[in-house]
Amino acid sequence: MTAVPPTPPAAPERRRLRARSGRLPWVLVLPAVAAVAFLVLPFAGLLISAPWPDMGERLRDPEVLSALWLSLATATAATVVSLLLGVPLAWLLARTEFPGRRLVRALVTVPLVIPPVVGGVALLLVLGRNGILGTHLDAWFGITVPFTTAAVVMAQVFVAMPFLVISVEGSLRGADRRYEEAAATLGASRTTVFTRVTLPMVLPGIAAGAVLCWARALGEFGATITFAGNFPGTTQTMPLAVYMAMQRDPEAAVVLSLVLLLVSLAVLVTLRERWVNA
Amino acid sequence: MGSFLDADLRLSRGTFELHAALGAERGEILALLGPNGAGKSTALRALAGLVPLEAGHVRVGGRDETTTPVEQRPIGMVFQDYLLFPHMSALENVAFGPRCQGADRAQARERAAGLLEHLGLAEHAVARPGRLSGGQAQRVALARALAVQPRLLLLDEPMAALDASTRVEVRARLRHWLEGFDGTTVLVTHDPLDAMVLADRIAVVEEGRVVQQGTPAEVARRPRTAYVARLVGLNLFHGTAEGTTVTLDAQGEAETVEVRLPAPAEGPALVAFPPRAVALYSEPPHGSPRNVWQVRVDGVERFGDQVRVHLAGPPDLAADVSPAAVAELGLVRGQAVWAGVKAAEVECYGA
Repeated sequence: MTAVPPTPPAAPERRRLRARSGRLPWVLVLPAVAAVAFLVLPFAGLLISAPWPDMGERLRDPEVLSALWLSLATATAATVVSLLLGVPLAWLLARTEFPGRRLVRALVTVPLVIPPVVGGVALLLVLGRNGILGTHLDAWFGITVPFTTAAVVMAQVFVAMPFLVISVEGSLRGADRRYEEAAATLGASRTTVFTRVTLPMVLPGIAAGAVLCWARALGEFGATITFAGNFPGTTQTMPLAVYMAMQRDPEAAVVLSLVLLLVSLAVLVTLRERWVNA
Repeated sequence: MGSFLDADLRLSRGTFELHAALGAERGEILALLGPNGAGKSTALRALAGLVPLEAGHVRVGGRDETTTPVEQRPIGMVFQDYLLFPHMSALENVAFGPRCQGADRAQARERAAGLLEHLGLAEHAVARPGRLSGGQAQRVALARALAVQPRLLLLDEPMAALDASTRVEVRARLRHWLEGFDGTTVLVTHDPLDAMVLADRIAVVEEGRVVQQGTPAEVARRPRTAYVARLVGLNLFHGTAEGTTVTLDAQGEAETVEVRLPAPAEGPALVAFPPRAVALYSEPPHGSPRNVWQVRVDGVERFGDQVRVHLAGPPDLAADVSPAAVAELGLVRGQAVWAGVKAAEVECYGA
């Protein structure tokens, strides 16, 4: 030890050693800030213009409660139906080769891109009382689908299930298939492999898909109002109630919107912590 | 009737072609030894039914399993990175197979607990795979494969993912762990030491072919390819024998080289001798060494407590000499020396 520096290098000196990454490019930063403002400001407006003094009273309005209850129940039912039908479909798309697989995959994603109103019209044409299937359902079983709570669920499944299918198919494709091979060498049939190995391993993906699906079902408007109508208590979900309230009592619309916003956020946050980040 | 395991594996994937006939008896451990990409793991997967054969057969204990689906084959497999199910405890992992085979919950757990105990893992039964060390995870994977009571146990590179000290332990204890297993074990490895220590038979696989099959002693003493010779540390040459002389196949334009043998032989032959049988001289030696070639020093490296001298010929060969000899001869690259090998040290066998 001959040339010991008199003092250890000071912090600013060390900072000078770090390579600078250059100035932030304003062409990217300005639009990004604008995007955040555009996405966040409406919520702020909602909070500011809410009629806070008589909030409690408005929330106890039976019409609000029934719309909220109907929305939660139908969105949950639609998610359950989507899981029961969509997970097997996602497995089929991800794990098997069958003729027309690519076509089926393309068709499944159609509801993602068409306007929900069009979906509602299409559902009505097929399942309406004079529809292709609806005629027979009515004549043979006396079942009428449109303008019932079941129709609400069907409209929601129609628009929301593709989200689940795409999301679950993605996680199935991403899952390490060698675990499935390992299970097969241990004597597991394909069904056992699916239920005991594949399903638990892609559970986070399924949960994420289900949350996406539920949120989409909760917000469903176009297909619902076309196919199920707007009857308070049976088919008037929160989004429809918000729209109706907007016509006669904008303050009520604000309250309903806030409730819908809080419910969605609460569910997303809870599930995210429980599943998605696990 | 063939052996307990009698397999003829033929398949192709792109330009790679596997064409391997394998056989082993009950209770034996067969090692598939070969360089990376030789097709060892593909052969193992073909035995398991995870990749389909294009031709050939797989027979285990006299039963044809060629077209049996994976889940019905009498196999247990330990994968290179174990593939323990991360959402199950060690015990549940091991009990998984018996459950699939129809055992009830209690039976399956009892068998799993017994195996974990045998492998010294009783206290880790409730642990998730993520909390196990590499060696422990491997033993759980072994227990899981044994739990289905296979007749064919397949181990894919069982040592590859272990650290050095765990490797030593596994090498020493695998036979103990396989006590009570009365089927055939097929083990894939690229490490000749694993193959020599663990296996009863070795099949050397190169470029999709079995180039040599025999006991470890046979393979170590009489390698058939340059790859095996290098693995077991022998000088190996191809040639043609006539009486007690083998004329080595000419390497390019070089002059032919002759090797004298301890006993007469005829026809195409392989000649092998260990590097430690090669003595080096600075002058042409007289007397006992019968084979003497003038060669040049190509490189010198440490090899245990000896020094390995690579020599450029013809013939190209390696010699192990003491550090003292290196100093005495003053060996440097490019220097001409005389290499001598006693005829009695030369092993000659049919090509």
